[in-house]
Formats: sequence, C-alpha cells, structure tokens
Amino acid sequence: MEKVVELIDAHKRYGSVEAVKGVSVAIEHGELVAMLGPNGAGKTTCISLMLGLRKPSSGQAKLFGLAPTDRRARSRCGVMLQESGVPGTLKVKELVDLFRSYYPNPMPAERAIGLAGLEEQAGRQAQKLSGGQLQRLYFALAVCGNPQVIFLDEPTVGLDVEARRAFLESIRSFASEGKTIILTTHYLEEADQLAERVVVIDRGVVVADASPAEIKSRVLGRRVSFTADRSLSDADFQGLPHQNLEVEGNRVRLLSNAPEALLRDLFRRGYDIRDLQVVGADLEEAFLDLTRHAEKETVA
Amino acid sequence: MSATTTFQVAPVPRMLWAETRAKLLSRLRSPAFSVLSIVLPTMFFALFYGIFSGQAGSHAAEFGKYILATYGTYAVANVMVFNFGIGIANERGQKQDLLQRATPLPGWVATLAQVIFSLVFALLALIVLYAYAFTVGGVRLDPGALVGFTLKLLLGSFPMMGLGMAIGYSTSANAAPAVTNLIYLPMSFISGIFIPLSQLPSGIQTVGKLLPLYHYSQLPLETVGQNTESLGTAALWLIGWTVVLFALGLRFYRMDASKKFS
Repeated sequence: MEKVVELIDAHKRYGSVEAVKGVSVAIEHGELVAMLGPNGAGKTTCISLMLGLRKPSSGQAKLFGLAPTDRRARSRCGVMLQESGVPGTLKVKELVDLFRSYYPNPMPAERAIGLAGLEEQAGRQAQKLSGGQLQRLYFALAVCGNPQVIFLDEPTVGLDVEARRAFLESIRSFASEGKTIILTTHYLEEADQLAERVVVIDRGVVVADASPAEIKSRVLGRRVSFTADRSLSDADFQGLPHQNLEVEGNRVRLLSNAPEALLRDLFRRGYDIRDLQVVGADLEEAFLDLTRHAEKETVA
Repeated sequence: MSATTTFQVAPVPRMLWAETRAKLLSRLRSPAFSVLSIVLPTMFFALFYGIFSGQAGSHAAEFGKYILATYGTYAVANVMVFNFGIGIANERGQKQDLLQRATPLPGWVATLAQVIFSLVFALLALIVLYAYAFTVGGVRLDPGALVGFTLKLLLGSFPMMGLGMAIGYSTSANAAPAVTNLIYLPMSFISGIFIPLSQLPSGIQTVGKLLPLYHYSQLPLETVGQNTESLGTAALWLIGWTVVLFALGLRFYRMDASKKFS
C-alpha cells in the first residue's frame, strides 16, 4: 500500500524542551488513525511535523513520499488545526469557495457544506457562527479540496455531546469514501468510536500502536467499585492486587488484574460490601496503564 | 493507482483571483476601515482646498493641481500602509496565517493578491478624490495627464507597501493602528503632504527630502509641472526605499515565521 504519511525517528526540540523524542509512524492509504495522548504529550507537534508546519530537529517527515512542504503533497491534504482563524466578515460559502480554489480537484461547495452540516449557515459571516458551527466550518474547509487525507487536530474540543456526535458522524461519512483520516484527541471514547488504529503518545514517544480492541485486551485490568460497611483507607488494601485506588469514605474504586482474589481477601478480612460493580477497563484506563508501563521502563 | 500517483496542483490564476476577491469582499464589509481609507483623503483635500484656494488668488488653478497631487499621494500611501500594516497584523492576530500555511496556497500568491487588492482599493480612493476635485473643487486636468498621474501614484506606492509589511509583521494587532498612525502621520507632515515643504522650517525640509513620501509626491507633481526634483531622481530614491523597506519587511516576516514554523 501507498504510504500517505511517514515520520522516521522524528525528534522535535523547542529550546530546551524535547516535545517529540524519536517517533516513527507510517500511515497508509485509507487508514483511520487516532493519535491519543494527554495534553502536552506531543500529538500536535507530530501533526505539525507531518504537515511541514514544523521542521524535525532530527529524523524525517514525509507526505506522499515528498517533503511535507511540497505543494504537490499539500494539494492532497485537508487540515483542521487547533489554532486557526479565517477572515470573520466572509460568509461560510465564500470561505469554502476560497479554500476550494487552493486545490486542483475540489468538491462542489454545496457538498463540503453538506458534509459539515452547515447548509443553514451557508450565507452567514464566520464571525457570527457559534463555537460548534465554527468547528464545522473548519471541517468544511478541510474537506472542500477533496483531499486524500485529512488531519484533524483535536477536532471536537469545546463541543457539547450532541455536537460531538454529529461531528464524528461527518468524519465517518467522509472516511467512508476511502479517505485517510488522522486525528488527535484526548477524548478516549472518540478514538475508540472512530479509529481503526490508535497510536498512543505520551511524553514525546509512542507507547502503543494497535487497534482499539488490541489495546483494551493488552490491559488485563478490571474496574472494581463498591461501598464498604465502614470507612477505609489505603492501608486496608496492602498486599491486595490493585492499582489506581480511590477511597472516598466508604466508597472504593480501583483497578485490579485479579478482582476475584481481591474480593475474597477483603471478605476474609471481615469487610462487608454492597453496590459491587466489576467491569472491563475502557480505553481510558487502558491508556493510563500503557503510559504507566512506559514510565516504568524509562525509569528503569 | 494512477489517480493517486499523479500529483496535481491548483492553477495559480484561479487562486490569485479567489484570494484577491476574498480580501476585497472582506474589507468592503468592514465599513469603518473602508470609509477611513477611501473618504478621509478627500475630506482632507476639501478642507485644505476650501481654506487656502481663496488666498491663492490668480494661482488658484495651479494650487488645485498641487494639492490634488499631494492628497492623491496621501490617499494611495494611506491605503498601502494601512492595508499592509494593520491588515497583516490582524491576520496574524486572528491566526489566519497558521491555517493558510497548512494549505497548498503559496505564500507569494497570497502576497501578490494583497498587492492587487491594495491597488484596487487605492484606485477607489483616487476615484472619490477625483470626483470631488473635478466637480466641487473645479480642478482641471486633461484626460491624458490624468492617466499618467494615476499610474505614477499606483506604481510609486511600492515603498509604502514595504513599510506596511514591516509594521504588520513586527507589531501586534492591538498595537498596529497606533504604530501605523504614529509613523505615517508625522511622515506625511514632514514630507510636505499636508503643507508644501517650502512653507516648513528648513530643518524639517532637510529631513523631509530624505523620506520616501516626499519623493513619491514628486511623481504626480511632475505631471502637473510643480515638481522640485526630476522624475529620474525621484524614481531612484523610490527604488532605494523599496529595497530597504521590503528587506525590513522580509526580515520581520522571517522572524515571525521562525517563531511559529521552524
């Protein structure tokens, strides 16, 4: 398969801070990839390197096999950045037409506006759009050139639940045409819902690169929560198999690889519990676990 | 595979047209800015002409042509300095440059669009000035002279674009209007735009004759036969100032870009 984007042992240093410490990722045509990580993990820097907005301090970035700043490569990319602006007095349709002119084979403006769900706002000036509508406008600008790949840097930040659902639907609809989608997010359910591949980044390194299901399966943890008959403290759990313990009076939340053994020991020690829940760890917990492992490795 | 392996780019004329049109539309919808650029020079002309033409007596016709040249200079330079200065500072302030940088639009096409848009805008300001000067003001200029006069005003404005660029890439959106006025208004005065240089103290005259705006005003003044230096000398000065101010603008642009894009 054709490689759309490639980072080869890319490092990026801003002054004394190394934001990206040797990331190698290759993304092929038609992939739906989420770059997942906490704030400050280096996701945006990775996207900036892929797009040629930043130059790697060492290593390489390639877009369609070319330098990312090459206009021929850029002409196949649509971009939604976290920080960007458009002339506020221009109307939605005018802005879409403007951005269409930058691309060799743009899609009809109506289609881009439709994909973004902005039909009713097409004649409205950008400065009069709500936050959610503005995000949708940026999405329309990213897809209007009919690019083969779109980069979405934290596309749903600041959207409410309903707006986010609609937005993810727009992305899915564009992806269904065989497009490559690369998005960054720290909303973990978003990566789970949308991506076929999740690249977990933390502190400038890739700590996992797999399908959402694989990442979940790698983490053996179960989420256990219950209410005890008396107030507990961390000391009560000494010697029991657990992680991420949260005790709030009688209420206990923890992760455990062996919930059965843990509960058996608690009963044996004479605690009585109710409201017991044992569920599989979600991606958020999987992610916490992965970054913690990476931390241990670097410490060791 | 052929569809994905052939690289294509958008044609430059289409981008240039769309970009220029967008800038014009956007500016025309900011009435405060448009009115200031288009109407203010004519208001100044009306004020000065109204006050002083009576005193000019038998020289009233020549006086009218003189201030048409100086206020024409003011009008075009005003559009260039403000469009580039405040325009670029605003684009940076609103982070329009970040998104644009990620699109396939080449930077030079965006700059060329800004030049074309500013020239069109300056022409609008001149048309308003001419309309007033030729009807209410009763200034007379034959059509041939008017064409040369207008072309000189447009072509001589390049140093002012460079000055605007230098301001736009070095100041914040908040500071740009103040900085632009602080540089442009005193420069206009010292260059003999508002009051003829010969009426000003000799110290100011010496400084004024070094400034780009003074040499710029010599171009239209030559058309009406009231220049104080030759067209060739003025042109050389303007070329020199264009090089200096564009180099400064480019330097500030690079400093700004290296912060965001290196």
